[in-house]
Amino acid sequence: MEPVFLFSQFFNGLVLGCIYVLLSLGLTVVFGTLGVVNFAHGALYMLGAYAAYTIANHLQLNFLACLILCPLIVAAIGMVLEKLLISKLYKLPHYYNLLLTFGIMFIIQDAIKIIFGPEGEPFNIPDLLQGAVNLGFMYYPKYRLFILVVTALLSGGLWLFIEKTRLGAIIRAGTDNAEMADALGTNISWTFTLIFGLGAGLSGLAGVLAAPIQNVQPAMGMDILVQTFVVVIIGGMGSIGGSILAGLVIGQILTFSIVFWPPGSTTLIYAFMALVLVTRPRGFFGRVSFFE
Amino acid sequence: MTLLQLEDVHAAYDESQVLSGVSLEIAKGELVTLLGRNGAGKTTTLRTIMGLLTPRSGRISFNGQAINGLAPNRIAKLGVGYVPEERGIFPSLTVSENLMFPSWGRGETGWSLERIFHFFPRLHERVSHKGSQLSGGEQQMLAIARILRAKMDLLLLDEPTEGLAPLLVETIGTILKEIKASGLTVLLVEQNTRFACQIAERHNILYGGRIVHTCSNEEFMRDTEIQHKYLGV
Repeated sequence: MEPVFLFSQFFNGLVLGCIYVLLSLGLTVVFGTLGVVNFAHGALYMLGAYAAYTIANHLQLNFLACLILCPLIVAAIGMVLEKLLISKLYKLPHYYNLLLTFGIMFIIQDAIKIIFGPEGEPFNIPDLLQGAVNLGFMYYPKYRLFILVVTALLSGGLWLFIEKTRLGAIIRAGTDNAEMADALGTNISWTFTLIFGLGAGLSGLAGVLAAPIQNVQPAMGMDILVQTFVVVIIGGMGSIGGSILAGLVIGQILTFSIVFWPPGSTTLIYAFMALVLVTRPRGFFGRVSFFE
Repeated sequence: MTLLQLEDVHAAYDESQVLSGVSLEIAKGELVTLLGRNGAGKTTTLRTIMGLLTPRSGRISFNGQAINGLAPNRIAKLGVGYVPEERGIFPSLTVSENLMFPSWGRGETGWSLERIFHFFPRLHERVSHKGSQLSGGEQQMLAIARILRAKMDLLLLDEPTEGLAPLLVETIGTILKEIKASGLTVLLVEQNTRFACQIAERHNILYGGRIVHTCSNEEFMRDTEIQHKYLGV
């Protein structure tokens, strides 16, 4: 097998991993802080893709506008959902969490089917990012490299935001001990709304980025949600670093299993998750085990 | 002048009644205790004042304003500082981030960082350490320093000496005396009666979810019967 082929598969794995990273970051931050497992996260990702489709095809705006507007739109939707519905979950048993977020997911998915139809829509790679770049040892599609760069910048930016800013410190404090943050004068309910909006915005961005390589269709969020949960669990619920590492690892496992052993591609990541959970129940960097 | 007043406050966790009619009054500048056996409702009283538990009935007023039913962050902004028994330090925040915390809600009007570090040199040495890396005594100092930084009017302090070595207990005592001298009002929950007698000027004794006795420190120290009956000392 040619080394160039392996390299390009490795890069494909990284790109796929990037989508998982963006999706699982939002999921894990929301879980770590709010204690909510958000099954509607995939639907928000799909909304991001449809928002991009609408902005690009109906409003005729360019891809940069999509990249900026769509995460904001999805974040706003997320914040409204949190204020109206999700915030009611914090004091309720966990099964309400499952019922509510599952319900929201189906409502969003069916609303999109009614508006846009069930088949899905094509989404072209923006002109500026078409074609390939010569990396010296191989040619690689420009758009895929773009995804790598955006994800790297965003992960770094998110880390800086959470670790180095005042709002980031409030978010960490809310994750550590929300009740104490409240007792020290922080309006924790708005902090929670903001965090949910941040998670939604990240999944919206993942949706925009994935649209040109995956076509936009109503079930796209449902399909990717399960793998995203695998990433979050392997990385450790609530851990940002864990989500980044696990997202990249799962991207590689999926890509290479499709190349070398296609029948196993759907089961290998679950086998890997089982292995991680047996040897390290908290995942890579998790503070608490999901199953504790 | 009365700073804090509780009138016939009832509170409960789920179905179990914990406070059944607590009434107490604290004047500005006082250092008073809430004494009682385990399960008497001491921590619950503090949590109820802080708004972490909503009273079922009764009235709590602070600086003449009713505060029962307000969210904890609103009560904190009015000037009530809380140091829980487990200290409530944020483990993933550094010492300096922890110190900034309540002042974000209230403006940095309290002690300057300089004054805090002069008073707590140990915290100065550990200023960039995470909360999770601090010892129990350091966490206690940080939890108190946080409140001083934000210039609260009232400090609710839950068992500050719990689990600390005797030398550190003495340090905490010195700190509390200085804090009182600087004009802060303190409501102290304490199991260690001896420690309480060294620093407090008045005691409220909680028994079965209500205040059964309130007296000056001198009276309390003379009255061994009360100590025996309600505290089992």
